[in-house]
Amino acid sequence: MEDEYEGGVVKKFLYVNRRAPHGTVYALESLETVLIGAAFDQDVSVLFIDDGVFQLKKQQQPEGIEVKNFSKTFRALEMYDVEQLFVESESLAERGLSEDDLLVDVELVSRASVHELVDQQDVILSF
Amino acid sequence: MKIAVLVNEGPYQHQASDSAYHFVAAALDAGHEVSRVFFYHDGVNNGSRLTTPPQDDRHIQKRWSALAEEKSVDLVLCVAACQRRGLVDEGERERNGKDASNIAEGFRISGLGQLLEAGIEADRLVTFGD
Amino acid sequence: MATLNIVNKSPFEKRTLEQCLSRIAEGDSVLLIEDASVVAVTGTAYAELLSGCAQKLYVLSPDLAARGLTDKELLGTMTAVDYPGFVELVTEHERVHSWL
Repeated sequence: MEDEYEGGVVKKFLYVNRRAPHGTVYALESLETVLIGAAFDQDVSVLFIDDGVFQLKKQQQPEGIEVKNFSKTFRALEMYDVEQLFVESESLAERGLSEDDLLVDVELVSRASVHELVDQQDVILSF
Repeated sequence: MKIAVLVNEGPYQHQASDSAYHFVAAALDAGHEVSRVFFYHDGVNNGSRLTTPPQDDRHIQKRWSALAEEKSVDLVLCVAACQRRGLVDEGERERNGKDASNIAEGFRISGLGQLLEAGIEADRLVTFGD
Repeated sequence: MATLNIVNKSPFEKRTLEQCLSRIAEGDSVLLIEDASVVAVTGTAYAELLSGCAQKLYVLSPDLAARGLTDKELLGTMTAVDYPGFVELVTEHERVHSWL
């Protein structure tokens, strides 16, 4: 695996997560990419909007469907220097959720301000 | 300009890999460099050389392979996505004791790091998916 | 700085187009490809929403043609581009955001 990157370029990467976990593989693979990407010392932010907010829901118990509980890994992101987790308030509210339902500390952003975050980025990864 | 492309869906099921192909071909025709096409999730199925579509249908895998041969486009299949879906090159075949390999000409299997590297080194990254 | 937003779902099936439009900057552009191309023409339930957009709107013409819609009138706010035009849009914008 070529996890070492010595190019010296630092770009701003934004991962946009818009899908609920488990129904498709995208949430898991997005997290995998964030973890691998950490080795490249880039400036990484992760944004959770729409059904993506369910990825951070506490109390996920996927044992009954025999898939990995990767939600715990979000707690470890800090150790990988991925500290900029953004969640859209409107997406939470629409789904009857609040910040207390989330398993990590996040920064709340409003729907109207999402584009300000996007505008700062060099690369946007969405799956 | 240097452009990288990410393909997240397999051939024939979804238009994504067709759209990606036409985009890459147009970018090359316009004189841009397409530094890498990275295939992730079901997208890795684009690289199976066992693909046999009906004769009157487009051959999506061969179209990609031709781009690699004629235009030196780097076609990379995500290794973890390949292992889950049974896409195997010679190295993987030996390592995992499988009885066959099935990667098409022009494709290579490598890690997710290749996607990140493409994002860092290219001027633009364009994603095609579901 | 401007983002090229790509939408590929019909809004009659998924809410991606509205989800995209509710969040992007006024100076951004939106390119409709694949099944999203079906709302690039007049007479749909989305014509009013798309006619009132501040953003520049584009549709990928081969996708529109494939769906039998070239006999319809394009929305006044919509510009048709072919694949070379798609490539130009990518190079003219600072970043590309595919709303999958």
